[in-house]
Amino acid sequence: MLVRMSAPNQASHGYDDLAALLTLMTGDEKHDASATSTLDVLWVLYDRILRVAPDRVDDPDRDRFLLSKGHGPMAYYAVLAAKHFLPVADLPAFGGFDSPLGYHPDRTLVPGVEIGSGSLGHGLGLAVGTALGLRMTGRDRAAVVVLVGDAELEEGSNAEAIQVAGRRHLGNLTTVVIDNSSASAGWPGGIAARFAVEGWSTRDVDGRDHDALERAFTAATDDRPHVVVAHVDPEEPR
Amino acid sequence: MSADTATTRTVPGENQRDRFYRLLPGLLADQPRLVAVLAEISVNYLEEVPPSIADRVVNVGIREQLLVGAAGGLALTGMRPIVHTFAAFLVERAWEQVKLDLGHQGVGAVLVSAGASYDWPEGGETHFGHRDVALLDTLDGWTVHVPGHPDEAEALLRAALPGDDRVYLRLASDSNRLPRDVSDGRMRVLRRGSRGTVIAVGPLADRTLAATEGLDVTVLYAATVRPFDAETLRTTLDSPDVVLVEPYLRGTSTAEVTAALRGLRHRVLGLGVGRNESRRYGVPADHDRLHGIDEAGLRRAITGFITEFD
Repeated sequence: MLVRMSAPNQASHGYDDLAALLTLMTGDEKHDASATSTLDVLWVLYDRILRVAPDRVDDPDRDRFLLSKGHGPMAYYAVLAAKHFLPVADLPAFGGFDSPLGYHPDRTLVPGVEIGSGSLGHGLGLAVGTALGLRMTGRDRAAVVVLVGDAELEEGSNAEAIQVAGRRHLGNLTTVVIDNSSASAGWPGGIAARFAVEGWSTRDVDGRDHDALERAFTAATDDRPHVVVAHVDPEEPR
Repeated sequence: MSADTATTRTVPGENQRDRFYRLLPGLLADQPRLVAVLAEISVNYLEEVPPSIADRVVNVGIREQLLVGAAGGLALTGMRPIVHTFAAFLVERAWEQVKLDLGHQGVGAVLVSAGASYDWPEGGETHFGHRDVALLDTLDGWTVHVPGHPDEAEALLRAALPGDDRVYLRLASDSNRLPRDVSDGRMRVLRRGSRGTVIAVGPLADRTLAATEGLDVTVLYAATVRPFDAETLRTTLDSPDVVLVEPYLRGTSTAEVTAALRGLRHRVLGLGVGRNESRRYGVPADHDRLHGIDEAGLRRAITGFITEFD
Protein backbone atom coordinates (compact mmCIF):
# COMPACT_ATOMS: atom_id res chain seq x y z
CA MET A 1 0.00 0.00 0.00
CA LEU A 2 1.02 3.58 -0.53
CA VAL A 3 1.97 6.07 2.16
CA ARG A 4 2.78 9.73 2.11
CA MET A 5 6.50 10.34 1.99
CA SER A 6 7.97 11.75 5.17
CA ALA A 7 9.98 14.28 3.18
CA PRO A 8 9.02 15.43 -0.30
CA ASN A 9 11.35 14.56 -3.15
CA GLN A 10 13.90 17.33 -3.52
CA ALA A 11 13.52 19.22 -6.75
CA SER A 12 14.30 22.65 -7.99
CA HIS A 13 11.17 22.56 -10.12
CA GLY A 14 7.73 22.88 -8.62
CA TYR A 15 4.24 22.30 -9.86
CA ASP A 16 4.09 25.82 -11.21
CA ASP A 17 6.99 25.06 -13.54
CA LEU A 18 5.20 22.21 -15.31
CA ALA A 19 3.38 24.44 -17.78
CA ALA A 20 6.67 25.86 -19.03
CA LEU A 21 8.15 22.37 -19.31
CA LEU A 22 5.13 21.29 -21.34
CA THR A 23 5.61 24.27 -23.61
CA LEU A 24 9.14 23.10 -24.40
CA MET A 25 7.52 20.02 -26.00
CA THR A 26 4.35 21.47 -27.45
CA GLY A 27 5.61 24.90 -28.47
CA ASP A 28 2.29 26.22 -27.30
CA GLU A 29 1.71 28.15 -24.11
CA LYS A 30 -1.85 26.93 -23.76
CA HIS A 31 -2.46 23.24 -23.09
CA ASP A 32 -5.82 21.64 -23.68
CA ALA A 33 -7.40 19.40 -21.12
CA SER A 34 -6.49 16.18 -22.93
CA ALA A 35 -2.77 17.05 -22.81
CA THR A 36 -2.92 17.71 -19.09
CA SER A 37 -5.53 15.19 -17.92
CA THR A 38 -2.82 13.22 -16.12
CA LEU A 39 -0.75 16.19 -14.94
CA ASP A 40 -2.05 16.60 -11.40
CA VAL A 41 -2.16 12.88 -10.71
CA LEU A 42 1.41 12.47 -11.95
CA TRP A 43 2.60 15.41 -9.92
CA VAL A 44 1.04 14.15 -6.71
CA LEU A 45 2.48 10.69 -7.28
CA TYR A 46 6.01 11.88 -7.97
CA ASP A 47 5.95 14.71 -5.43
CA ARG A 48 4.27 13.03 -2.50
CA ILE A 49 3.83 9.28 -2.93
CA LEU A 50 6.26 7.26 -5.02
CA ARG A 51 9.49 6.15 -3.39
CA VAL A 52 11.55 6.72 -6.50
CA ALA A 53 14.44 8.98 -7.32
CA PRO A 54 16.78 9.55 -10.26
CA ASP A 55 19.66 7.91 -8.38
CA ARG A 56 17.73 4.72 -7.67
CA VAL A 57 16.01 3.88 -10.95
CA ASP A 58 17.40 0.33 -10.69
CA ASP A 59 16.86 -0.10 -6.96
CA PRO A 60 14.86 -3.32 -6.58
CA ASP A 61 13.03 -1.83 -3.59
CA ARG A 62 11.80 1.25 -5.45
CA ASP A 63 8.13 1.78 -6.11
CA ARG A 64 7.10 1.16 -9.71
CA PHE A 65 5.02 3.60 -11.69
CA LEU A 66 3.69 2.14 -14.94
CA LEU A 67 2.16 4.57 -17.41
CA SER A 68 -0.18 2.29 -19.32
CA LYS A 69 -1.96 5.08 -21.16
CA GLY A 70 1.14 5.93 -23.15
CA HIS A 71 -0.29 8.47 -25.55
CA GLY A 72 -0.08 12.13 -24.63
CA PRO A 73 3.05 11.60 -22.49
CA MET A 74 4.04 15.28 -22.33
CA ALA A 75 2.75 15.61 -18.78
CA TYR A 76 4.73 12.50 -17.81
CA TYR A 77 7.95 13.80 -19.36
CA ALA A 78 7.39 17.20 -17.77
CA VAL A 79 7.08 15.65 -14.32
CA LEU A 80 10.08 13.39 -14.91
CA ALA A 81 12.10 16.42 -16.00
CA ALA A 82 10.90 18.43 -13.00
CA LYS A 83 12.09 15.61 -10.76
CA HIS A 84 15.44 15.30 -12.59
CA PHE A 85 14.91 11.86 -14.09
CA LEU A 86 15.68 13.39 -17.47
CA PRO A 87 17.32 16.65 -18.50
CA VAL A 88 15.06 19.57 -19.28
CA ALA A 89 17.27 20.06 -22.34
CA ASP A 90 15.85 16.81 -23.78
CA LEU A 91 12.30 18.15 -23.90
CA PRO A 92 12.38 20.37 -27.00
CA ALA A 93 13.41 17.46 -29.27
CA PHE A 94 10.25 15.56 -28.20
CA GLY A 95 9.35 13.12 -30.97
CA GLY A 96 12.53 13.71 -32.94
CA PHE A 97 14.56 10.95 -34.56
CA ASP A 98 17.41 11.25 -32.08
CA SER A 99 15.24 12.00 -29.07
CA PRO A 100 14.67 9.42 -26.34
CA LEU A 101 11.24 11.00 -25.84
CA GLY A 102 8.70 9.55 -28.24
CA TYR A 103 5.00 10.20 -28.49
CA HIS A 104 4.80 6.92 -26.59
CA PRO A 105 7.43 6.27 -23.88
CA ASP A 106 10.07 3.56 -24.21
CA ARG A 107 11.46 2.14 -20.98
CA THR A 108 14.75 1.27 -22.62
CA LEU A 109 15.35 4.89 -23.64
CA VAL A 110 14.21 6.98 -20.67
CA PRO A 111 15.60 6.50 -17.16
CA GLY A 112 12.82 5.98 -14.65
CA VAL A 113 10.26 4.89 -17.23
CA GLU A 114 9.19 1.43 -16.09
CA ILE A 115 7.35 0.23 -19.19
CA GLY A 116 7.14 1.02 -22.85
CA SER A 117 3.53 1.72 -23.67
CA GLY A 118 1.35 3.08 -26.42
CA SER A 119 -0.79 0.14 -27.45
CA LEU A 120 -3.63 0.35 -24.95
CA GLY A 121 -4.41 -2.35 -22.43
CA HIS A 122 -0.93 -3.65 -21.60
CA GLY A 123 -0.03 -1.83 -18.39
CA LEU A 124 -2.40 -3.56 -16.01
CA GLY A 125 -1.20 -7.02 -17.02
CA LEU A 126 2.41 -5.96 -16.67
CA ALA A 127 1.53 -4.40 -13.30
CA VAL A 128 -0.04 -7.63 -12.05
CA GLY A 129 3.11 -9.52 -13.01
CA THR A 130 5.29 -6.86 -11.40
CA ALA A 131 3.26 -6.96 -8.18
CA LEU A 132 3.51 -10.76 -8.11
CA GLY A 133 7.23 -10.62 -8.80
CA LEU A 134 7.88 -8.10 -6.03
CA ARG A 135 6.03 -10.34 -3.63
CA MET A 136 7.99 -13.42 -4.74
CA THR A 137 11.31 -11.64 -4.40
CA GLY A 138 10.48 -10.37 -0.91
CA ARG A 139 10.28 -6.73 -1.94
CA ASP A 140 7.36 -6.18 0.38
CA ARG A 141 7.79 -2.44 0.73
CA ALA A 142 7.76 -1.73 -2.99
CA ALA A 143 4.40 -0.69 -4.40
CA VAL A 144 3.16 -0.76 -7.98
CA VAL A 145 1.06 2.07 -9.38
CA VAL A 146 -0.36 1.78 -12.90
CA LEU A 147 -2.12 4.62 -14.69
CA VAL A 148 -4.85 3.82 -17.21
CA GLY A 149 -7.45 5.90 -19.01
CA ASP A 150 -11.19 5.43 -18.88
CA ALA A 151 -11.26 4.75 -22.62
CA GLU A 152 -8.29 2.42 -22.32
CA LEU A 153 -10.31 0.33 -19.90
CA GLU A 154 -12.42 -0.75 -22.87
CA GLU A 155 -9.61 -3.13 -23.83
CA GLY A 156 -10.61 -6.59 -22.60
CA SER A 157 -7.11 -7.36 -21.36
CA ASN A 158 -7.80 -5.02 -18.42
CA ALA A 159 -10.68 -7.19 -17.27
CA GLU A 160 -8.36 -10.20 -17.11
CA ALA A 161 -5.91 -8.28 -14.92
CA ILE A 162 -8.52 -6.66 -12.67
CA GLN A 163 -10.07 -10.04 -11.89
CA VAL A 164 -6.81 -11.81 -11.10
CA ALA A 165 -5.40 -8.91 -9.05
CA GLY A 166 -8.51 -8.96 -6.89
CA ARG A 167 -8.57 -12.70 -6.48
CA ARG A 168 -4.88 -12.87 -5.59
CA HIS A 169 -5.15 -10.03 -3.05
CA LEU A 170 -2.46 -7.90 -4.61
CA GLY A 171 -2.41 -5.27 -1.90
CA ASN A 172 0.81 -3.86 -3.35
CA LEU A 173 -0.99 -2.77 -6.52
CA THR A 174 -2.77 0.53 -7.08
CA THR A 175 -4.49 1.45 -10.31
CA VAL A 176 -5.26 5.07 -11.03
CA VAL A 177 -7.88 5.59 -13.70
CA ILE A 178 -7.93 9.02 -15.32
CA ASP A 179 -11.62 9.45 -16.08
CA ASN A 180 -12.12 12.29 -18.52
CA SER A 181 -15.27 10.69 -19.91
CA SER A 182 -13.56 9.69 -23.13
CA ALA A 183 -14.87 6.11 -23.26
CA SER A 184 -17.28 6.12 -26.20
CA ALA A 185 -19.68 3.63 -24.65
CA GLY A 186 -19.35 5.04 -21.14
CA TRP A 187 -19.32 3.14 -17.87
CA PRO A 188 -22.89 3.00 -16.49
CA GLY A 189 -22.73 2.77 -12.73
CA GLY A 190 -19.20 4.13 -12.68
CA ILE A 191 -15.72 2.72 -13.14
CA ALA A 192 -15.01 2.04 -9.48
CA ALA A 193 -17.87 -0.46 -9.36
CA ARG A 194 -16.07 -2.67 -11.91
CA PHE A 195 -13.10 -2.91 -9.58
CA ALA A 196 -15.13 -3.20 -6.38
CA VAL A 197 -17.00 -6.25 -7.59
CA GLU A 198 -13.64 -7.94 -8.24
CA GLY A 199 -12.43 -7.31 -4.71
CA TRP A 200 -10.62 -3.97 -4.95
CA SER A 201 -10.87 -1.10 -2.53
CA THR A 202 -11.90 2.05 -4.38
CA ARG A 203 -11.83 5.83 -4.15
CA ASP A 204 -13.41 8.36 -6.48
CA VAL A 205 -11.64 11.68 -6.38
CA ASP A 206 -11.31 15.05 -8.07
CA GLY A 207 -8.33 14.50 -10.35
CA ARG A 208 -7.18 18.11 -9.96
CA ASP A 209 -7.26 18.27 -6.13
CA HIS A 210 -3.80 17.42 -4.87
CA ASP A 211 -4.69 16.87 -1.24
CA ALA A 212 -7.70 14.76 -2.17
CA LEU A 213 -5.53 12.71 -4.53
CA GLU A 214 -2.97 12.17 -1.78
CA ARG A 215 -5.69 10.99 0.59
CA ALA A 216 -7.12 8.69 -2.08
CA PHE A 217 -3.75 7.10 -2.85
CA THR A 218 -2.99 6.48 0.81
CA ALA A 219 -6.48 5.30 1.73
CA ALA A 220 -5.82 1.57 1.21
CA THR A 221 -5.19 -0.25 4.45
CA ASP A 222 -5.70 -3.95 3.73
CA ASP A 223 -4.56 -6.66 1.34
CA ARG A 224 -6.92 -5.67 -1.42
CA PRO A 225 -5.62 -3.97 -4.55
CA HIS A 226 -6.67 -0.35 -4.66
CA VAL A 227 -8.14 1.78 -7.41
CA VAL A 228 -8.28 5.56 -7.50
CA VAL A 229 -10.69 6.90 -10.10
CA ALA A 230 -9.51 10.44 -10.76
CA HIS A 231 -12.21 12.49 -12.44
CA VAL A 232 -11.10 15.35 -14.66
CA ASP A 233 -13.28 17.69 -16.66
CA PRO A 234 -12.72 16.93 -20.35
CA GLU A 235 -13.34 20.57 -21.32
CA GLU A 236 -11.54 22.38 -18.53
CA PRO A 237 -8.68 24.49 -19.91
CA ARG A 238 -5.47 24.62 -17.92
CA MET B 1 22.89 -35.21 -25.05
CA SER B 2 22.63 -38.99 -25.31
CA ALA B 3 20.28 -41.21 -23.37
CA ASP B 4 22.91 -42.18 -20.84
CA THR B 5 23.63 -38.59 -19.89
CA ALA B 6 20.00 -37.66 -19.34
CA THR B 7 19.65 -36.04 -15.97
CA THR B 8 16.40 -37.72 -15.08
CA ARG B 9 15.38 -41.31 -15.42
CA THR B 10 13.39 -42.21 -18.48
CA VAL B 11 9.81 -43.20 -17.93
CA PRO B 12 8.45 -45.62 -20.55
CA GLY B 13 5.89 -44.01 -22.79
CA GLU B 14 6.66 -40.54 -21.49
CA ASN B 15 6.36 -37.87 -24.16
CA GLN B 16 7.96 -34.41 -24.21
CA ARG B 17 5.04 -32.76 -22.50
CA ASP B 18 4.90 -35.41 -19.76
CA ARG B 19 8.59 -34.86 -19.13
CA PHE B 20 8.07 -31.11 -18.82
CA TYR B 21 5.35 -31.54 -16.22
CA ARG B 22 7.39 -34.08 -14.29
CA LEU B 23 10.42 -31.78 -14.22
CA LEU B 24 8.69 -28.54 -13.40
CA PRO B 25 8.18 -28.92 -9.60
CA GLY B 26 11.82 -29.89 -9.08
CA LEU B 27 13.08 -27.04 -11.22
CA LEU B 28 10.96 -24.57 -9.27
CA ALA B 29 12.23 -26.01 -5.99
CA ASP B 30 15.87 -25.78 -7.08
CA GLN B 31 15.76 -22.36 -8.72
CA PRO B 32 14.03 -19.61 -6.71
CA ARG B 33 14.07 -17.27 -9.71
CA LEU B 34 11.68 -19.48 -11.67
CA VAL B 35 7.95 -18.93 -11.80
CA ALA B 36 5.51 -21.09 -13.74
CA VAL B 37 2.76 -19.05 -15.36
CA LEU B 38 -0.19 -21.09 -16.55
CA ALA B 39 -3.58 -20.50 -18.10
CA GLU B 40 -5.52 -23.46 -16.74
CA ILE B 41 -3.94 -25.92 -19.19
CA SER B 42 -2.01 -28.58 -17.22
CA VAL B 43 -2.69 -26.94 -13.85
CA ASN B 44 -3.68 -30.38 -12.55
CA TYR B 45 -0.05 -31.50 -12.88
CA LEU B 46 1.02 -28.88 -10.36
CA GLU B 47 -1.74 -29.16 -7.81
CA GLU B 48 0.33 -31.27 -5.43
CA VAL B 49 3.43 -29.06 -5.36
CA PRO B 50 4.97 -28.34 -1.93
CA PRO B 51 3.85 -25.12 -0.20
CA SER B 52 7.38 -23.76 -0.56
CA ILE B 53 6.95 -23.39 -4.31
CA ALA B 54 3.17 -23.05 -4.58
CA ASP B 55 3.40 -19.26 -4.67
CA ARG B 56 5.56 -19.54 -7.77
CA VAL B 57 2.91 -21.46 -9.67
CA VAL B 58 0.63 -18.74 -11.01
CA ASN B 59 -2.51 -19.93 -12.75
CA VAL B 60 -4.20 -16.89 -14.27
CA GLY B 61 -7.16 -18.91 -15.49
CA ILE B 62 -8.32 -18.82 -19.09
CA ARG B 63 -6.75 -15.42 -19.68
CA GLU B 64 -3.98 -15.69 -22.24
CA GLN B 65 -3.38 -11.94 -22.55
CA LEU B 66 -2.67 -11.82 -18.84
CA LEU B 67 -0.66 -15.05 -19.10
CA VAL B 68 1.95 -13.32 -21.22
CA GLY B 69 1.46 -9.81 -19.80
CA ALA B 70 2.03 -11.00 -16.24
CA ALA B 71 5.09 -12.92 -17.43
CA GLY B 72 6.46 -9.64 -18.75
CA GLY B 73 5.85 -7.96 -15.41
CA LEU B 74 7.45 -10.85 -13.53
CA ALA B 75 10.49 -10.63 -15.77
CA LEU B 76 10.73 -6.90 -15.02
CA THR B 77 11.26 -7.81 -11.37
CA GLY B 78 14.05 -10.25 -12.22
CA MET B 79 12.03 -13.45 -12.16
CA ARG B 80 12.39 -16.05 -14.93
CA PRO B 81 8.90 -16.96 -16.15
CA ILE B 82 8.13 -20.33 -17.67
CA VAL B 83 4.93 -19.69 -19.59
CA HIS B 84 2.89 -22.60 -20.78
CA THR B 85 -0.22 -23.41 -22.75
CA PHE B 86 -1.15 -24.77 -26.18
CA ALA B 87 0.84 -23.27 -29.04
CA ALA B 88 -2.17 -21.63 -30.66
CA PHE B 89 -3.12 -19.77 -27.50
CA LEU B 90 0.39 -19.00 -26.33
CA VAL B 91 1.71 -17.46 -29.52
CA GLU B 92 -1.36 -16.54 -31.55
CA ARG B 93 -4.03 -15.45 -29.09
CA ALA B 94 -1.61 -13.44 -26.98
CA TRP B 95 0.41 -12.31 -29.97
CA GLU B 96 0.57 -8.62 -29.11
CA GLN B 97 1.57 -9.45 -25.54
CA VAL B 98 4.39 -11.63 -26.87
CA LYS B 99 5.49 -8.74 -29.07
CA LEU B 100 5.10 -5.87 -26.59
CA ASP B 101 5.07 -7.22 -23.04
CA LEU B 102 8.24 -9.23 -23.61
CA GLY B 103 10.16 -8.00 -26.66
CA HIS B 104 9.33 -4.30 -26.53
CA GLN B 105 9.98 -4.17 -22.78
CA GLY B 106 13.38 -5.70 -23.43
CA VAL B 107 12.72 -8.67 -21.16
CA GLY B 108 12.54 -12.41 -21.73
CA ALA B 109 10.71 -15.55 -20.75
CA VAL B 110 10.69 -19.22 -21.62
CA LEU B 111 7.51 -19.95 -23.55
CA VAL B 112 6.79 -23.67 -23.54
CA SER B 113 4.02 -24.76 -25.85
CA ALA B 114 2.20 -28.05 -26.12
CA GLY B 115 0.02 -29.38 -28.89
CA ALA B 116 2.48 -28.67 -31.72
CA SER B 117 0.85 -28.45 -35.15
CA TYR B 118 -1.89 -31.02 -34.72
CA ASP B 119 -1.18 -33.26 -31.77
CA TRP B 120 -4.91 -33.22 -31.12
CA PRO B 121 -6.42 -33.39 -34.60
CA GLU B 122 -9.86 -34.22 -33.25
CA GLY B 123 -9.83 -30.68 -31.89
CA GLY B 124 -9.63 -29.22 -35.37
CA GLU B 125 -8.38 -25.90 -36.68
CA THR B 126 -8.86 -23.91 -33.47
CA HIS B 127 -6.26 -26.08 -31.76
CA PHE B 128 -3.74 -26.32 -34.60
CA GLY B 129 -0.47 -24.54 -33.87
CA HIS B 130 1.58 -24.74 -37.06
CA ARG B 131 1.93 -20.96 -37.46
CA ASP B 132 3.93 -20.42 -34.26
CA VAL B 133 7.51 -20.43 -35.52
CA ALA B 134 6.67 -18.28 -38.54
CA LEU B 135 5.00 -15.74 -36.29
CA LEU B 136 7.98 -15.58 -33.95
CA ASP B 137 10.15 -15.02 -37.03
CA THR B 138 8.63 -11.55 -37.32
CA LEU B 139 10.12 -10.60 -33.94
CA ASP B 140 13.60 -9.78 -32.71
CA GLY B 141 15.69 -11.96 -30.51
CA TRP B 142 13.80 -15.22 -30.12
CA THR B 143 15.55 -18.55 -29.75
CA VAL B 144 13.33 -21.36 -31.03
CA HIS B 145 13.79 -24.97 -29.98
CA VAL B 146 11.92 -27.85 -31.59
CA PRO B 147 13.10 -30.90 -29.63
CA GLY B 148 12.78 -34.34 -31.14
CA HIS B 149 12.86 -36.34 -27.92
CA PRO B 150 11.94 -35.87 -24.24
CA ASP B 151 15.64 -35.91 -23.31
CA GLU B 152 16.31 -33.14 -25.80
CA ALA B 153 13.35 -31.17 -24.47
CA GLU B 154 14.78 -31.50 -20.97
CA ALA B 155 18.28 -30.43 -22.00
CA LEU B 156 16.98 -27.43 -23.94
CA LEU B 157 14.66 -26.40 -21.12
CA ARG B 158 17.39 -26.62 -18.49
CA ALA B 159 19.77 -24.63 -20.66
CA ALA B 160 17.17 -21.88 -21.15
CA LEU B 161 16.47 -21.29 -17.46
CA PRO B 162 19.53 -19.35 -16.29
CA GLY B 163 19.22 -16.62 -18.94
CA ASP B 164 17.05 -13.55 -19.35
CA ASP B 165 16.47 -14.00 -23.06
CA ARG B 166 13.38 -14.93 -25.06
CA VAL B 167 13.11 -18.65 -25.68
CA TYR B 168 10.37 -20.68 -27.31
CA LEU B 169 10.33 -24.40 -26.59
CA ARG B 170 7.90 -26.28 -28.84
CA LEU B 171 6.91 -29.58 -27.28
CA ALA B 172 5.34 -32.31 -29.39
CA SER B 173 3.68 -35.63 -28.60
CA ASP B 174 5.72 -37.27 -31.32
CA SER B 175 9.41 -38.04 -30.79
CA ASN B 176 12.29 -39.79 -32.49
CA ARG B 177 13.29 -43.19 -31.14
CA LEU B 178 16.52 -41.93 -29.58
CA PRO B 179 17.73 -38.54 -28.38
CA ARG B 180 20.57 -36.66 -30.00
CA ASP B 181 23.11 -34.22 -28.60
CA VAL B 182 21.46 -30.83 -29.05
CA SER B 183 23.32 -28.96 -26.33
CA ASP B 184 25.26 -26.56 -28.57
CA GLY B 185 22.37 -25.40 -30.74
CA ARG B 186 24.12 -26.77 -33.85
CA MET B 187 22.73 -29.10 -36.47
CA ARG B 188 23.88 -32.70 -36.40
CA VAL B 189 24.99 -34.61 -39.49
CA LEU B 190 22.90 -37.77 -39.63
CA ARG B 191 24.05 -38.94 -43.05
CA ARG B 192 26.39 -37.74 -45.79
CA GLY B 193 25.58 -37.70 -49.50
CA SER B 194 26.41 -35.68 -52.60
CA ARG B 195 23.13 -34.78 -54.27
CA GLY B 196 21.71 -32.30 -51.84
CA THR B 197 20.97 -31.63 -48.21
CA VAL B 198 17.83 -32.50 -46.32
CA ILE B 199 17.33 -30.68 -43.02
CA ALA B 200 15.03 -32.57 -40.66
CA VAL B 201 13.62 -30.61 -37.76
CA GLY B 202 12.73 -32.05 -34.35
CA PRO B 203 10.38 -35.02 -34.28
CA LEU B 204 10.63 -35.55 -38.05
CA ALA B 205 14.23 -36.84 -37.95
CA ASP B 206 13.53 -40.58 -37.87
CA ARG B 207 10.91 -40.29 -40.55
CA THR B 208 13.19 -38.22 -42.76
CA LEU B 209 15.99 -40.76 -42.39
CA ALA B 210 13.61 -43.54 -43.39
CA ALA B 211 12.26 -41.51 -46.31
CA THR B 212 15.75 -40.81 -47.66
CA GLU B 213 17.09 -44.35 -47.20
CA GLY B 214 19.16 -45.18 -50.25
CA LEU B 215 19.10 -41.63 -51.62
CA ASP B 216 22.47 -39.92 -52.07
CA VAL B 217 21.74 -36.94 -49.83
CA THR B 218 23.15 -35.36 -46.70
CA VAL B 219 20.68 -35.37 -43.82
CA LEU B 220 21.08 -32.77 -41.10
CA TYR B 221 19.14 -32.63 -37.87
CA ALA B 222 18.06 -29.42 -36.15
CA ALA B 223 16.44 -29.19 -32.72
CA THR B 224 17.20 -25.46 -32.54
CA VAL B 225 15.97 -23.56 -35.58
CA ARG B 226 16.53 -19.97 -34.37
CA PRO B 227 19.19 -18.92 -34.53
CA PHE B 228 19.54 -21.01 -37.67
CA ASP B 229 22.83 -22.90 -37.92
CA ALA B 230 23.91 -21.55 -41.28
CA GLU B 231 27.51 -22.58 -40.73
CA THR B 232 26.83 -26.30 -40.54
CA LEU B 233 24.66 -26.09 -43.64
CA ARG B 234 27.42 -24.30 -45.57
CA THR B 235 30.29 -26.45 -44.39
CA THR B 236 28.52 -29.73 -45.13
CA LEU B 237 27.02 -28.58 -48.42
CA ASP B 238 27.87 -30.59 -51.50
CA SER B 239 25.20 -30.00 -54.10
CA PRO B 240 23.42 -26.67 -53.41
CA ASP B 241 19.96 -28.21 -53.32
CA VAL B 242 18.32 -27.99 -49.92
CA VAL B 243 15.13 -29.54 -48.61
CA LEU B 244 13.62 -28.38 -45.32
CA VAL B 245 11.45 -30.87 -43.45
CA GLU B 246 9.68 -28.90 -40.76
CA PRO B 247 6.84 -30.04 -38.48
CA TYR B 248 5.16 -26.62 -38.66
CA LEU B 249 4.19 -24.21 -41.43
CA ARG B 250 5.75 -25.22 -44.73
CA GLY B 251 8.54 -22.89 -45.84
CA THR B 252 9.06 -21.28 -42.43
CA SER B 253 12.86 -21.56 -42.66
CA THR B 254 13.24 -21.06 -46.40
CA ALA B 255 14.43 -17.49 -45.89
CA GLU B 256 17.05 -18.72 -43.41
CA VAL B 257 18.43 -21.15 -45.99
CA THR B 258 18.43 -18.41 -48.62
CA ALA B 259 20.37 -16.17 -46.26
CA ALA B 260 22.79 -18.97 -45.33
CA LEU B 261 23.58 -19.64 -49.00
CA ARG B 262 23.75 -16.02 -50.11
CA GLY B 263 26.09 -15.62 -53.07
CA LEU B 264 25.55 -19.21 -54.14
CA ARG B 265 23.10 -20.32 -56.82
CA HIS B 266 20.90 -22.79 -55.01
CA ARG B 267 17.46 -24.33 -54.83
CA VAL B 268 15.29 -24.75 -51.75
CA LEU B 269 12.23 -26.88 -51.17
CA GLY B 270 10.21 -26.33 -48.02
CA LEU B 271 8.17 -29.24 -46.73
CA GLY B 272 5.84 -28.99 -43.77
CA VAL B 273 2.28 -28.17 -42.85
CA GLY B 274 0.25 -26.36 -45.50
CA ARG B 275 -1.72 -23.20 -44.74
CA ASN B 276 -5.01 -24.43 -46.20
CA GLU B 277 -7.83 -24.96 -43.74
CA SER B 278 -8.20 -28.73 -43.92
CA ARG B 279 -11.44 -28.94 -41.90
CA ARG B 280 -10.45 -32.53 -41.07
CA TYR B 281 -10.13 -34.33 -37.74
CA GLY B 282 -8.86 -37.91 -37.37
CA VAL B 283 -5.40 -38.81 -36.07
CA PRO B 284 -2.00 -37.11 -36.59
CA ALA B 285 -0.97 -39.65 -39.25
CA ASP B 286 -3.94 -38.53 -41.36
CA HIS B 287 -2.67 -34.97 -41.29
CA ASP B 288 0.94 -36.00 -41.96
CA ARG B 289 -0.33 -37.70 -45.12
CA LEU B 290 -2.54 -34.75 -46.03
CA HIS B 291 0.41 -32.36 -45.84
CA GLY B 292 2.82 -34.76 -47.53
CA ILE B 293 5.10 -35.17 -44.55
CA ASP B 294 4.42 -38.85 -43.98
CA GLU B 295 7.31 -41.13 -44.97
CA ALA B 296 5.95 -41.84 -48.45
CA GLY B 297 5.15 -38.20 -49.11
CA LEU B 298 8.60 -37.06 -48.00
CA ARG B 299 10.32 -39.65 -50.18
CA ARG B 300 8.24 -38.64 -53.18
CA ALA B 301 8.89 -34.92 -52.73
CA ILE B 302 12.61 -35.24 -51.95
CA THR B 303 13.27 -37.66 -54.82
CA GLY B 304 11.39 -35.42 -57.24
CA PHE B 305 13.36 -32.39 -56.11
CA ILE B 306 16.86 -33.86 -56.36
CA THR B 307 16.17 -35.56 -59.70
CA GLU B 308 14.23 -32.67 -61.21
CA PHE B 309 16.95 -31.79 -63.74
CA ASP B 310 18.32 -35.30 -64.34
